[in-house]
Amino acid sequence: MDSLDPQGPIAKDIDGLFRLTLYIATAIFILVQGGLLYAAIRYRDRGERTPEPKQIEGNARLEVIWTVIPVLILASIAVPTVDRIFKYTSCSDDALHIEVIGHQWWFEYAYPDQGFTTANVLVMPTDTEVCLDMASDDVIHNYWIPKLNGKRYLVPGQDTLLLLEATEPGEYWGQCGEFCGLSHAKMRARVIAMTPDDYAVWLAEQQQVAVMPAEGSLEQAGLELFLGGQCVSCHNISGVTAGNPALVDGAIYGPDLTHFASRSVFAGAVLDLDEPGALEDWIDNPPLIKPGSFMPNIDLTQQEIEALAAYLRSLD
Amino acid sequence: MATTATPGSRTIFRRPASHTGFWSWITTADHKKIGIMYGYTAFTFFILGGLEALLIRIQLAQPDSAFLSASEYNAMFTMHGTTMIFLFVMPVSAAFFNYLLPLMIGARDVAFPRMNAVSFWIFVFGGVFLYTSFLFGTTGPPAGGNLAEAASRLGSGPNGGWFGYAPNSGIRFSTGTVMDYWSIGLQILGLSSLISSINFIVTIFNMRAKGMKLLRMPVFVWMTTVVAFLLLFSLPIIAVALFMITFDRSFGTLFFDPSMGGDPILWQHFFWLFGHPEVYILILPAMGIVSEVLPTFSRKPLFGYPAVVFAGAAIGFMGFGVWAHHMFSSGVTPITQAAFGLSTMAIAIPTGIKIFNWIGTIWGGKVKLNTPMLFSLGFVGMFVIGGLSGVTHSIVPADWQQTDTYYIVAHFHYVLFGGAIFGLFSGLYYWFPKLTGRMYSEALGKVHFWVFFIGFNLTFGPMHWLGLNGMVRRTWVYAEETGLGPWNMAVTVGAFIIALGVLIFMINWSWSKRNGPIAPFDPWDARTLEWTMPSPTPEYNFAVNPVVTSLDDFWHKKYTEDSDGRPVRRPEAAALVAELEEVGLNPPAPIHLPNPSYYPFMVGLGMPMIGYGVIYRGAAWGIPLGIVGALIIIGSFIGWGVEPLEEPHEEHSDHADEPEPGDDHGEDA
Repeated sequence: MDSLDPQGPIAKDIDGLFRLTLYIATAIFILVQGGLLYAAIRYRDRGERTPEPKQIEGNARLEVIWTVIPVLILASIAVPTVDRIFKYTSCSDDALHIEVIGHQWWFEYAYPDQGFTTANVLVMPTDTEVCLDMASDDVIHNYWIPKLNGKRYLVPGQDTLLLLEATEPGEYWGQCGEFCGLSHAKMRARVIAMTPDDYAVWLAEQQQVAVMPAEGSLEQAGLELFLGGQCVSCHNISGVTAGNPALVDGAIYGPDLTHFASRSVFAGAVLDLDEPGALEDWIDNPPLIKPGSFMPNIDLTQQEIEALAAYLRSLD
Repeated sequence: MATTATPGSRTIFRRPASHTGFWSWITTADHKKIGIMYGYTAFTFFILGGLEALLIRIQLAQPDSAFLSASEYNAMFTMHGTTMIFLFVMPVSAAFFNYLLPLMIGARDVAFPRMNAVSFWIFVFGGVFLYTSFLFGTTGPPAGGNLAEAASRLGSGPNGGWFGYAPNSGIRFSTGTVMDYWSIGLQILGLSSLISSINFIVTIFNMRAKGMKLLRMPVFVWMTTVVAFLLLFSLPIIAVALFMITFDRSFGTLFFDPSMGGDPILWQHFFWLFGHPEVYILILPAMGIVSEVLPTFSRKPLFGYPAVVFAGAAIGFMGFGVWAHHMFSSGVTPITQAAFGLSTMAIAIPTGIKIFNWIGTIWGGKVKLNTPMLFSLGFVGMFVIGGLSGVTHSIVPADWQQTDTYYIVAHFHYVLFGGAIFGLFSGLYYWFPKLTGRMYSEALGKVHFWVFFIGFNLTFGPMHWLGLNGMVRRTWVYAEETGLGPWNMAVTVGAFIIALGVLIFMINWSWSKRNGPIAPFDPWDARTLEWTMPSPTPEYNFAVNPVVTSLDDFWHKKYTEDSDGRPVRRPEAAALVAELEEVGLNPPAPIHLPNPSYYPFMVGLGMPMIGYGVIYRGAAWGIPLGIVGALIIIGSFIGWGVEPLEEPHEEHSDHADEPEPGDDHGEDA
C-alpha cells in the first residue's frame, strides 16, 4: 500500500513528479522556516540591548520579487502536471480492457472478451497497459492500487476509467478510497500481476465451469446446501446454478464463486483463504465481520458451515 | 408610536430590562455579551469535537482494534469534522468578530444588534439539534444489508461524513434518521452564519469611526470583511444543496439518485463550491488575528499592509475558483482537472505574499516572545507546512495518489489546526486583558504553547507519511500487514498531548479570569482602537466617539519617529492614556444602547422544532410541532418588528453624544 514504492511506469512517473515538487517544497520550507526562526531569535526583545525598531511599512520591490518567484516556480511544475493529466486520463487503442464494478463492499471484475466475472482479486498481465472500465452498482467507490497508479472513482450511472500497469509479477494491495458506508474500511482490493504466459493459463482456467464434487463427499453435502439454501439467490457458480443473479436487472448479488478457491482473499479482500477458520467464521456470521453486509447470517449449524466451506475450498 | 410609553408597555411581553444575571444573557443585544456567549458555546463544542477525535485515535492506535464499532467510528469522524468546522471554528471566529469588530472600528455596537442575537441563538439551537441525533437518531445498514448488532447511542450520530456524499447520504444507503439530523442541522447553522455575515458587512461599511477610511481599517477587520462576503456568497449554495438532499431523503425528489437520472457528482460540485470558500472562511479570521499580533509584539507596523489586505481579498475571490480540486479522482474531464489544478497553484501566490509580509513584519523588530506571539509565530510556521503540502495536491496526478488518504488529513490539519486554531488561541491570549480586565499567566500560556506545538506535530506530522503509505481516510480498522500500526500509535500519543494542552489552557483561563493581576490600561503598548478603552470593555464601548487620522491610530497618538525612523514616545502620551482611562469610565453624556429582547431567543427556539417536525412528520405530534415552531418564529418576528431597538429614555431629548454621520446606529435592527 506504499505509494512511494511504485511498481509500474505510470506510478513511477507520478512518483517522479511528486518527488520533484517535494524537493522544491523542501527548499522553500527550509528558506521560509529558517527566515522565520532567524527573525524571531535574532530580533527578540532583550530589553535595553535591543533598540527600538525602524518603522518600515513595506517595500514594493520585495513584494514584486516574492510574487514573481513563486509564479515562475509554479509555472515550471504546471507544465508536466498538465501533460500527465491528459496522458493518464485516456487509454490507448491496444490496451487490455477489464471491467470493474463497485459494490458495497467488494470489487467485481469482468473480463468482457472471455465472458466471465470474478471478485476481490484482479488478475492482469505484466508489461501491459490495462484499462479498467469502471462503474458502481450502488454508491461512489474509489479504486486505488497505490503501487500501480492513483485513484479513480466508481460512480453509479457514470463510466470512469483507470490505467494500471505493472512491471513485475506480484501481489499488489489496494483499498477503496472514498467513504462508501458502514464497512468502507473492509472494502479492499488485491491485484495479482502475472507474466503474459501465466495470465493466458489463468484465463483458460477461469473459463472452465466449476468442478463437481464426488458423490457422498462432504463437498457434495456442501453443494446441496448451497443449492437448497439462500446462497443461490445471490451467487453464481457456472455449471452448477440455474441462472446468474448478476444478470437480473436491479438485483443485489454477491461475488461469482465459480473459481472461488483460486483467489487468495475473499470477503472484500479482507480475509485470507488459507487462514484456518476464516472462511467458516465468515459463513457463520458475515455481518459480524463486515457490518451492514448484504450476505446475511442464516443460522447455519456447525456441520452445515463445514460442508459449505469444504465445497467452496474445492472450487479452484 | 406613543412617546410617553413606559418601557415594555407596547409589546405582548414585558420588555426585559435586566442588565445582569441569567436573563440578561438570554435577552442581550450587546455585541460583547453575544461574543462571549459565542466563545463559550463554541469552546464547549470544541471539547466535544476533541473527545470525538480522542475516541477516533484510541480506535486507530492499533490495527484491527475493536474499541469502537464501525457505526460508532463513522459517527465519530462525521461529527468530529462537522463539529470542528460548523460548531467550533466558525462560531469562535464569530465570537472574535462580535466582540472585536465594533471595538476596532470605533462603534458602539453592530448595525443590527438583535439580528446579532438571532444569529447566536440559531447557532446554539442548531448545534443542540444536531447533537440530539445521539439521543433520538436511528441508523441502520443500507436497504437490504444486515447487522450483527444494532448501533449503540454513540453510533447513532450522523454518519455520512461532514461532506455527506450522495448517494451514500441518501435514504437508500443511509436508512434511519441520523442524516436528516445532519442535513437539517447544517441548514439551521448555515442560516445563523448567513444572518451574521450581512450584519458584519453593514457594520463595517456604515459604522466606522470618523476618519477610518477602508485602508485605515485593522487587517483583522479587513479579513472579517472578506469572510463575511465569502459567507454571503457561499452559504446559499450549501443551503440549496442541503434542501435538495433533505427533500431527496424526506420527500422523494431524487436530485442525486442515479437510478432515477439524478447525479451524485452534482452534489460534490455544490458541496465544494461552498466547501472550498469555507476553508478560507475558517482560516482568514486567524490570518487577521496574526496580522494584529505580529506588529504589536514586534513594535513595527505590519509589513506591506496593502499587500496583505489585497492578498486576503484575492484569496477570497480565488477561493471560489478552485473547488474541483477536491474531486480530482472523481473522473471529471482532463480539461477540468487541468484548469482546477492551475487555479489551485495560483492561490498559493497570494498566500505566499501574506507569509512573506508576516516575516517582513518581525524582521528587524523588537520581538517580544510572549504567549500570543508564540502562537502567532507557530501559526506562520505550521501554515507554511500546510500551504506547501497544499501545493503538492495541485500536482493533479500526485493528488490521485494523495486524495482520500491521511496525507490530506495531515494537510488540512496543518492549515486548520496549526493555522486557524493556533491563530485563534493567539487571539484569545492577546485580547484576554480586554475581555476580563486581568492578565493571564504567562508561564502557563507558554507551557500551553509548547505542549500544543509538540502534540500537534506528533499528531499530524506522521499522518503525511501514513497517507503516502496507503492509510485511507474514514476507515475504522486497518490491516496489521500494512505496517501502519507504530506510526498510528505515535499519532494517538500526540492527540493526547494536545488534549493536555487544552486542559492547561482551561486552567489558565478560568484561574486568571478571577485571580490574574489587574491588567494595565494598555498592556501591550498596542496599536488599535480597542485598546483606547478601559478593560473589561464598558457596556457602551467608547465614552466618546473616536476620530481616526491614520492606520494604527492609537500607536501614532503615542509615538512619533526620530530622524532614524525609530519610534519615540510622545511626551503627551502618558497624559493621553490617563485621559482615555478617566473618560472611558465616566462618559460625559448619557449613551443610548439597544435594549434587551426576548425575540431573538424565541426565533432560535423555533428552528429545531421545525427540524423535528420534518423528521418526525410520520408521528402524530410531528407536523403540529413543526407548525408551532414556525408560528413561534413568525410571531417573534412580528413582535420584534413592533418593538423599537431602543426604548425611549427619560432624558430622551439628550442627543449630545450622537455619533457622527456615517457611523450612526441603524434605526432598525
